[in-house]
Amino acid sequence: MSSRSAPDRASPEADSAPPEADSAPPEADSAPPRILVYGYGNPGRQDDGAGVLLVEELAAWARSGERPWLTFDSNYQLNAEDALAAADQDVVIFADASRDQLEGFRLRGLQPSAAVSFSTHAMSPESVLALSAELYGARPAAYLLSMRGYRWEPNGALTREARKNLEDAKAFITPFLDRPAVGLPVPSA
Amino acid sequence: MSRKIVIEPVTRVEGHGKVTIHLNDAGEVEQSRLHIVEFRGFERFVQGRPYWEAPVLVQRLCGICPVSHHLAAAKAMDVIVGAGTGDGLTPTAEKMRRLMHYGQIFQSHSLHFFHLASPDLLFGYDSPPETRNIIGVIAANRELATQAVLMRKYGQEIIAATAGKKIHGTGAVPGGINKNLSLAERDVLLKGPRPMNADAMVQFAQGALEFFKNYYSKHKSFIDTFSSFPSNHLSLVRPDGALDFYDGVLRAVDADGRKILHDVECQDYLAHIREEVRSWSYMKFPYLRHLGPDTGWYRVGPLARLNTADFIPSPLAQKEFEGFKNVTGGKPNNMCLHTHWARLIETLHAAEMIRELLNDGDLQGTDLMVRGKREAEGVGIIEAPRGTLFHHYRVSPEDQIVMANLIVSTTNNNEPMNRSVNHVAKALMTGAKEITEGMMNGVEVAIRAYDPCLSCATHAYGSMALSLTLYDASGDVIAQRTR
Repeated sequence: MSSRSAPDRASPEADSAPPEADSAPPEADSAPPRILVYGYGNPGRQDDGAGVLLVEELAAWARSGERPWLTFDSNYQLNAEDALAAADQDVVIFADASRDQLEGFRLRGLQPSAAVSFSTHAMSPESVLALSAELYGARPAAYLLSMRGYRWEPNGALTREARKNLEDAKAFITPFLDRPAVGLPVPSA
Repeated sequence: MSRKIVIEPVTRVEGHGKVTIHLNDAGEVEQSRLHIVEFRGFERFVQGRPYWEAPVLVQRLCGICPVSHHLAAAKAMDVIVGAGTGDGLTPTAEKMRRLMHYGQIFQSHSLHFFHLASPDLLFGYDSPPETRNIIGVIAANRELATQAVLMRKYGQEIIAATAGKKIHGTGAVPGGINKNLSLAERDVLLKGPRPMNADAMVQFAQGALEFFKNYYSKHKSFIDTFSSFPSNHLSLVRPDGALDFYDGVLRAVDADGRKILHDVECQDYLAHIREEVRSWSYMKFPYLRHLGPDTGWYRVGPLARLNTADFIPSPLAQKEFEGFKNVTGGKPNNMCLHTHWARLIETLHAAEMIRELLNDGDLQGTDLMVRGKREAEGVGIIEAPRGTLFHHYRVSPEDQIVMANLIVSTTNNNEPMNRSVNHVAKALMTGAKEITEGMMNGVEVAIRAYDPCLSCATHAYGSMALSLTLYDASGDVIAQRTR
């Protein structure tokens, strides 16, 4: 299980840095960047719903204060129309469950990928970004927040381990969403 | 020495599957099979759950067509709560459900055509998969790609407005619907800033049809002959013979257009449909009971629907339907890739019906629910984007589901998909010693015409890719490729 100092999120691979956003990085006294947090997965499939649940809980938290720079959205899968939503943002954070052997969770930067992994009815975050760049000329800084999952059966609730990962991920990302000027502990392009 | 080719998994369809191709001593294709390698378990999962949960629970099956499962389960539960079949609901409830369903058809068909089929058409199925995708479409036809995004988005907004939310929608409930469409919601969808309005969506759908017809005029031979074979066709039709995605009676026609299932009631489907189990696949093989498995198998989906229906009840789609029927002199169309054409005609019909419904004041009605005499058993059948979807439940006096049987669209198309693979294999792989990109792509194109959702068919989590293995007569692997 990861702690806030888990190396796989604090030290992402060099080639996973996010693209440079069209807008300059926010200064402490400038208007906050527009941030979209997009969770995807099927909440009816146990841990597969971690991304969607994270977004639901973050959205509830955001409503408790004035944070107009935040937008939340979720769906079963990413798809083409999400390129439109991404194009309106300075920062996009995708949140998803992961089958990888992560230590809890991981945040890594994303680049648009022209080598589209569009192999099913769903799209990858990289291909959504590529579509956003190609169609709308938008290049928001983008990240993928992956939370390790363990079970994927149609039984509803998250496993206890996945819930812990979700809570850790939420604790990690909330300070940035609250005060974007603090930045994210991943390299920016 | 005979040989065998295996392709697994298949890209751009959901679930997990593989294709095996057996070659005989002469190097000829002897047998081809699309194997489904996941296990069905969903029917058991819903047993013991309260019946009213079913319309939401079944959305756990799959993230591709949750609305279709939502509505099919709700229709079955309508019967359980004594709300009748199909037309037993209040006008507001039925029209809200229909609007939800047209939104689902519109966005699903748009996704399939623009993102999965058009790259094959624009670049050819023998082109590299790295460019045969939506990013490639942008480079080749920016307007088409832009419209695709907007059509998807519009369909999703219809679903969100009618189902209440995008994930695990709750709009349809046993006996009705839990919300109407507010005037504000209606105005956004009907008269929103261009192009996000109903008129623009009708125009986009017409444009997609023109794109296909233009392509067809230049590649007629390929479109007409690729994996073309005679089959039966089955779908719901309205009792007057009209195309209807939401409700109706079951009709099947044979390859020559003779009716072989005469507009039977959905509640009686078990008297007419059987499923065969074959040892090499977890996915069953449905067939018409009175004809048996050898001759009673059938296609479902857009091509089948346009073969069973007598007309389309919206003017622009009807005109396109007439042109489509002229190609075969009014007889059923058995050409596999004409499924794309049929799908686009249905997309136009869905757009027209969305526009018509948004102008219908019944959507703002407040009479949402109907209840009657409680029943113990109910069947809900709907035309999902991929074809006919059956939901059948029995419920105990304590309100628990004690039996569930689902026949999903992709299962209904099991036999024709296998035949399509066999057709392509014979054309491309006779004498093969290795598996080329063109062979892989050809098999994919054939399967993709059915827009299968194997995740749904197998009730398994996840997506799939394609792998192909070639076996000789003694069962030795000659070649294998995985993508």
